[in-house]
Amino acid sequence: MKPFAYARPGDVTEAVRTVAGEPAAVFLGGGTNLVDHLKLGIARPDVVVDVRTLTSREITDLEDGGLRIGAAVTNSAVAADRRIRERYPVLAEALLAGATGQLRNLATTAGNPLQRTRCVYFQDVTTACNKREPGSGCSAVGGYTRYSAILGIPAALPDPTAPETCIATHPSDMAVALAVVDAQVQVLGPAGARTIPFVDLHRLPGEDPSRDTVLDHGELVTAIDLPPLPAGARSVYRKVRDRASYAFALVSVAAVVVGEGDVRLAFGGVAHKPWRATRAEAILRGGPLTQDAVRAAMAAELAAAQPQPGIDSGNGFKIPLLTRTVVATLRDLTQAAGA
Amino acid sequence: MDAEITLTVDGVPRRLTVDTRTTLLDALRERLGNPSPKKGCDHGQCGACTILLDGERALSCLALAVAHDEAQVTTADGLAADGALHPVQQAFIDRDAFQCGYCTPGQICSAVGVLEEVRRGWPSHASPDLTADPQLSSEEVAERMSGNLCRCAAYVNIVAAVQQAGGAGGGSRS
Ligand SMILES: Cc1cc2nc3c(=O)[nH]c(=O)nc-3n(C[C@H](O)[C@H](O)[C@H](O)COP(=O)(O)OP(=O)(O)OC[C@H]3O[C@@H](n4cnc5c(N)ncnc54)[C@H](O)[C@@H]3O)c2cc1C
Ligand code: SF4
Ligand code: FES
Ligand code: FES
Repeated sequence: MKPFAYARPGDVTEAVRTVAGEPAAVFLGGGTNLVDHLKLGIARPDVVVDVRTLTSREITDLEDGGLRIGAAVTNSAVAADRRIRERYPVLAEALLAGATGQLRNLATTAGNPLQRTRCVYFQDVTTACNKREPGSGCSAVGGYTRYSAILGIPAALPDPTAPETCIATHPSDMAVALAVVDAQVQVLGPAGARTIPFVDLHRLPGEDPSRDTVLDHGELVTAIDLPPLPAGARSVYRKVRDRASYAFALVSVAAVVVGEGDVRLAFGGVAHKPWRATRAEAILRGGPLTQDAVRAAMAAELAAAQPQPGIDSGNGFKIPLLTRTVVATLRDLTQAAGA
Repeated sequence: MDAEITLTVDGVPRRLTVDTRTTLLDALRERLGNPSPKKGCDHGQCGACTILLDGERALSCLALAVAHDEAQVTTADGLAADGALHPVQQAFIDRDAFQCGYCTPGQICSAVGVLEEVRRGWPSHASPDLTADPQLSSEEVAERMSGNLCRCAAYVNIVAAVQQAGGAGGGSRS
């Protein structure tokens, strides 16, 4: 591991100034992703700025009826909070479906959505990877694609030698739930504070796969706000994985349903960012939520999907798997509402 | 780069100088002579390094020691009080919940944490009702202990041991 200086500034403003003023500085939350990357040689900072004890560890009620989750609240504390369990079950379920108890006790509200891809080539410094080493190519194309993306890949790609290619998925379960509830991210940067809609926090690879989010260097996430869900809203998170526990998602679905006519859907395991299914949502608006309607909406949402060939037959299974998971999730949610 | 920190390990305050790169796991094992937390994978995947950090179970291999200056650390080594085994330790013996023993200190710290989490009413992925108080069913124990791998596959007996310790009211001591 490369040597680094450790800093715990007096407050968040100083933390932002420290990172902004030093190109090779990073923020440290719970460390469960960053420390792993320090060991693997993926992250090579000169300065590690610890913000875990500087940012808020509280969940507070907002005036509009929503909740503000401080950046340092642990994943365990969010999932255990009575208000979250009762009003945002999708978020509690997403957190509980991710990692393990002894990871969630360390992992933070800011760190979880900012964790980086689990792409096996990204994590292996001996391989070409545009995300880790811009311009070096993408080893995932035609390789181990079981956990790779199918959505958000431009028609002309992937090309293993093109610097724009990245078919990695974002691994966070929490992020999928935050996308479906239209969370807002509170950010403090060297130029001041700003609010970013959670659905706009993560980016598609575009011209630069090395950037996961729209955050500028030195921008600190201070809190994540949950707006109130409409009265009568039901929500759920469903994750499909290779083991019953302790595995990343092959695909996952976060859903919010208000009556029969307002359906919100976000998917994990299928794109470089948590995928808000705006096309399917538009088709389903107004209901009724029959199986045929949901299948048709999913066909439209997945029309541009690019299943990736590769080792172990690639990831074409994600198209039927995701479609069926959405059908089952919406069926269960609406049946539970009727019961 | 070095930093001076204090860790209270199994009740004893210890002052030490660590390289900023040192994990809690390496600080405990290599610097403080406490080999009870084990290094299985060193990447957060196996649970062998589980300790109680400020009262909650945590992976010591992904925690930088310098980031936990002044923390209270309890290892499996420090769970026995006044010469009597902790109820979780006793349950592992009663239920034959290990073979080689390599994963056991991590399993035991994790189990102590699990029982406290259940006592606090924290739900899990296996909880049938997210808003109800969880019960110590075998599904609940298996889910909550899923971060502790056992190469000898003593899982069935580990679940029974955690249930025994939970039933015996062993969850509140840590
Ligand atoms: C074996 C294993 C299995 C896992 N399984 C799952 C799973 O199934 N599902 C899942 O969702 N996750 C899973 N995880 C990932 C885990 O959830 C993340 O590692 C964790 O949530 C990251 O949070 P942290 O606070 O530890 O982040 P850190 O490691 O501290 O930081 C992560 C990133 O965020 C940045 N950062 C931290 N705080 C801030 C801030 N306030 N502002 C700006 N930037 C910040 C850091 O610089 C770093 O780049 C798993 C991890 C492991 C090791
Ligand atoms: S998919 Fe992305 S992260 Fe994986 S090797 Fe290709 S460029 Fe790197
Ligand atoms: S050694 Fe820490 S989880 Fe394996
Ligand atoms: S007892 Fe041998 S690894 Fe668990």
